[in-house]
Amino acid sequence: MMTEISLNILDVAQNSVRAEASLIEISVCGDTKKDLLTVTIKDDGCGMSEEQVKNVTDPFFTTRTTRKIGLGIPFFKQSAEITGGSFEIKSELGKGTVTKAVYVLSSIDRMPVGDMSQTIHSLVTMNTHIDFVYTYEVDEKSFTLDTRELKEILGSSDFQNPEVSGFIMDFLRENHGEVSPLAQ
Amino acid sequence: MKSLAELKAIRDRMKGQVDVREENSDATRIVVGMATCGIAAGARPVLSAFSTAVQERTLENVAVVQTGCIGLCQYEPIVEVYKANGEKTTYVKVKPEMVDEIIDQHIIKGNVVTKYTIEASKLG
Repeated sequence: MMTEISLNILDVAQNSVRAEASLIEISVCGDTKKDLLTVTIKDDGCGMSEEQVKNVTDPFFTTRTTRKIGLGIPFFKQSAEITGGSFEIKSELGKGTVTKAVYVLSSIDRMPVGDMSQTIHSLVTMNTHIDFVYTYEVDEKSFTLDTRELKEILGSSDFQNPEVSGFIMDFLRENHGEVSPLAQ
Repeated sequence: MKSLAELKAIRDRMKGQVDVREENSDATRIVVGMATCGIAAGARPVLSAFSTAVQERTLENVAVVQTGCIGLCQYEPIVEVYKANGEKTTYVKVKPEMVDEIIDQHIIKGNVVTKYTIEASKLG
């Protein structure tokens, strides 16, 4: 069981990495008036067949051959649904997958968002061959990290360079703080 | 709001530096299990701590990478260290607090931190 929404996001985004996506778009969007928090993970990876999509929320379904269970998607789905929210996953073979979890913000069963900076930082620095677009939004305020922009400025994708890695972390921490700490 | 402007200054400083982080066969690899089981057990801060420790010490020829489920979920977070000579060490139930010791003793000095290995865990 995950203890933070940000850990679910990290876990589910690893599926996109394994699906050989070249672009992964992640958004975390809080709306205090509607009392909703919407998390979307979209990739252009290999996608899933209709049969796979139907079964993917079943913990006893997996495409792995090493074991017979897969808990990532069921955990994510459960975390949203216990708050009175919803969950959906859409996928097309060869096109990619979109996973969307909606949480009721004020629900006592909603996990904390947790450390999104660390989740995004590890995804971005450990998978430099993949482009990430991350948007964090609360009500009217938002910020975006687009690794394509970073690569253009740097002229490389050396996010493991200590200064670059440190910059990405500072960028995430500072901008999360400025948008709003409320949904944490 | 922090902008990307600072990155330009970093890029200018990076120019002229030789990139020594090219992965090659004589590198030490630190592999962190980052599947559902690993993440749920606390692998994310462990991975972060290893990356930071390697960067802070500017260790050349050390790569921190992630992998999927290693198949021993009850021992997660699991970290495998592959030395260039093919020697493999499996650390289990790793916490961020153990990272500096593993880096300084094992990665730098070459002494396996036996008390954190899977063998020690099975005996204990």
